[in-house]
Amino acid sequence: MRRLRSIGAFWYDFVVGDDWRVAVVVVAALALTAVLVHAAGVNAWWLLPVCVFAALGWSLRRATRT
Amino acid sequence: MTALPLILTVFVACAVEAIEALTIVLAAGLTREWRSTFQGMAVALAVLAAIVAVLGPTITLLPLTPLRLVVGALLAIFGLQWLRKAILRATGYKSLHDEASAYLREVAAAKAASASSRGRVHDWYAFTLSFKGVLLEGLEVVFIVITFGANQRNVGAAVIGAAAAVVVVAVTGVLVRAPLAKVPENALKFSVGIMLTSFGIFWGAEGAGVSWPGQDAALLVVVPVVALVSLGYTVLLRRPRAVQPASAPTSASASEEVTSS
Repeated sequence: MRRLRSIGAFWYDFVVGDDWRVAVVVVAALALTAVLVHAAGVNAWWLLPVCVFAALGWSLRRATRT
Repeated sequence: MTALPLILTVFVACAVEAIEALTIVLAAGLTREWRSTFQGMAVALAVLAAIVAVLGPTITLLPLTPLRLVVGALLAIFGLQWLRKAILRATGYKSLHDEASAYLREVAAAKAASASSRGRVHDWYAFTLSFKGVLLEGLEVVFIVITFGANQRNVGAAVIGAAAAVVVVAVTGVLVRAPLAKVPENALKFSVGIMLTSFGIFWGAEGAGVSWPGQDAALLVVVPVVALVSLGYTVLLRRPRAVQPASAPTSASASEEVTSS
């Protein structure tokens, strides 16, 4: 159990890293893009870049404040 | 899309990780014993090669659209992590990765550790130090090789980029016989972060069903835009020089390192 937990912690740190909010924003942006494309017929190619830049700025702002 | 951007991206990403692995291998080899160090390195490289050999072709069999969605998300998250750290280092909010001091730390630890042998391994400490260093640094390379290679349906080209980087760094390390402290590591990490994030955005959005204007040519716009936004954040967050302590790496030099890349 302990080993499983440490493996999970390693992969979490490996992929997600210091700020989990960035990962949440990316996943949410991709989900919203898929909904816009498939349900509303909007070719929302711009949505993911905008969300990624916003997430990066937000994360940097949080890091530099602390 | 040609294989060249794929090979170059993997080459630079792999070179950064290989430099960090080289520091650990040199510390183990020069301080302890070369034979056990090479054994550890060889086992780690074999494990990494096995992961690529098994996962690479398997992932390539998956349908392209869901693969691009998942891999794009992972690459964007992973790339933003690299980019965030590189920007924080360039602006002085995080100390620059210093191969020379990392090497001295590893050497001190290696000198202090006691010697013991297990099976065919004469120096277990040198073996495990080398094995862990190469495996952990190599896992990031494997991740990039598999995700980029599978998405481009060209794992072979990604492997060529990675192998070339390992050879170049290893040969340079053998010639210099010292950690490659003069390599602008943060600038390289900054570049890799830009490429990983750009490809993550491109493939992730495609996987979500988007049609990029100009199709593959959109990448020629996405990459510079990601670079410009990242450099913009670097300029915005740059710390005033007066705040820096005299002994710390100045933000100015760090920023020069980034902007000169």
